Amino acid sequence: METGVKKIKKAKLPNRQIRMEVVFRHSLISAGLVVVILVLGIMLSLIWYSIPSMKALGFTFIWGKTWDPVRDIYGAYPFLLGTLLTSFLALLISIPFSFAIAFYLGEYKPRSWLSGFLKNTVELIAAVPSVIYGFWGLIVLVPIVQKIEMKTGILPYGTGIFTASLILAIMIIPFAASLGKEMIRLVPASLKEGAYSLGATRYEVILNVIWPYSKPGLFAGVLLSLGRALGETMAVTMVIGNTSMVPKNIFSPGNTMASVIANEFTEADHTLYLSALIELGLVLFLVTIVINLAGKRIIKRFTNI
Amino acid sequence: MDVRLKYRVVKSKLVQVLIIMLAFTITLPLLLIIIYIFKEGITEINWAFLTQIPKPVGEAGGGIANALAGSLIIVFTASVISVPIGIMGGIYFSENKNCWLSNWGQISVDVLQGVPSIVVGIVIYFWIVKPLGGFSAFSGSIALAIMMLPIIIRSTEETLKLIPSSLKEAGFALGIPYHRVILKIILPCGLSGILSGVLLSIARIAGETAPLLFTAFGNPYFSTDISKPMQSLPLLVFNYATSPYEDWHKLAWGAALILLFTVLLLNIITKLTTKKWNVQF
Repeated sequence: METGVKKIKKAKLPNRQIRMEVVFRHSLISAGLVVVILVLGIMLSLIWYSIPSMKALGFTFIWGKTWDPVRDIYGAYPFLLGTLLTSFLALLISIPFSFAIAFYLGEYKPRSWLSGFLKNTVELIAAVPSVIYGFWGLIVLVPIVQKIEMKTGILPYGTGIFTASLILAIMIIPFAASLGKEMIRLVPASLKEGAYSLGATRYEVILNVIWPYSKPGLFAGVLLSLGRALGETMAVTMVIGNTSMVPKNIFSPGNTMASVIANEFTEADHTLYLSALIELGLVLFLVTIVINLAGKRIIKRFTNI
Repeated sequence: MDVRLKYRVVKSKLVQVLIIMLAFTITLPLLLIIIYIFKEGITEINWAFLTQIPKPVGEAGGGIANALAGSLIIVFTASVISVPIGIMGGIYFSENKNCWLSNWGQISVDVLQGVPSIVVGIVIYFWIVKPLGGFSAFSGSIALAIMMLPIIIRSTEETLKLIPSSLKEAGFALGIPYHRVILKIILPCGLSGILSGVLLSIARIAGETAPLLFTAFGNPYFSTDISKPMQSLPLLVFNYATSPYEDWHKLAWGAALILLFTVLLLNIITKLTTKKWNVQF
């Protein structure tokens, strides 16, 4: 690089061009640096501002069962439990659908107008803003859940962890589905043809050839949707009921880490309260990083074979 | 056909039917949401709805002009900040592979893509809102710009990867300097792919609410000053939908309809332009 520039200078190219080139290269590098600095900055700021709560609360923060800002007691256990319950319930509901879409688009009908229609639908599902899911859930889904709860004899809140999981399940289906489809398409045709030539039915090919081959890819898709579900804020905040009690069952109202931040951040009036909320954000950030990077790592290893 | 074979064939067919049924169930919620919001929202939308600001509780009528203008300003400012950085970053990552900055940059983009939007809101609150001493539309734009960045970088990178390196080499062989090769040869070739990435990122952030809660904050009045709190469509939908007042719910339905159709339209436009490029985001 150094010698290259010197040589060009000797050739008496217009000086302006060389200066432009140097400026251009530097601005490219700084644009690359911006991303790295942003991520580091986000992490460091979260850690820095949650130091007061880490110092004051230590590990009781994670296992404490009461969250009462008035008495200055901060235990995040209800929110951790709420987040885990909503996310995993949503995953459980969404997996059959997202895998079905993945198999349909990847194996059964990769190219037809019907699968084009399905593919576009899935993309639009991912595009709908979460606040609209929340609004729809609040007005349409909550009364339906309320009716079901009345019939089964549970306290009919309507809002609660189950309703939030239903909305979340719809929202995260696209992530696992579209990635799963790509992974299923990567299964070598020769393997499938081999199985067919031995007389296997389509179901047997899927079960014994495609499934074992694309399992890690499908799993990565599920991980990425889990990452989405954990961090989803608006839709969950609107239908989960927002109480700081430990949820008794999946129908009781609760709060997730993201929803408690959304609800209480602007009301937090003293340092420890604010800091405890930021620590929740830090936990959320670290968990989603781990899940996302693990998912991407699996995909990378899978596509490099 | 013997019984065993018949059993296997029937099982295979049954599984196929099950998969098709499960797969197409997904169209149901989308249709329900679109139809419901259309039904509730279309009766609200008229000229006054688009040009007036919300009336206080109890008075009928009023509109969402402040949110429309606010959303436009916030999203536009976010794009102005994010698009140049995103495209440059994308060029850098597609041109430089296997150097430390590129490796860490790739990881950072992955991380940034997965960061919960509420966390971005918190961080911007401490970076910009607190030092400047108040909520502002500008801080909201920065938060949205951060959400846009990874999408633009990824789409630029993926598009540029598809451009044959012979084009670049031909440029160098003619003695054209590096920056002109990139700006005058490579970028124009990938322009439509990059543009659709930008459109996609705008579609993603236009509906974002969580990062705006602690930054742009919302404002019941009309404001075009980006150093002051500003209303935006998703914020208005959130605030009015969770309020107990029937009039405000009506405004929220109208706003939700406009928001939904803008976002879906942007996505469809993006799809039509990417068809040519076959880029996967």
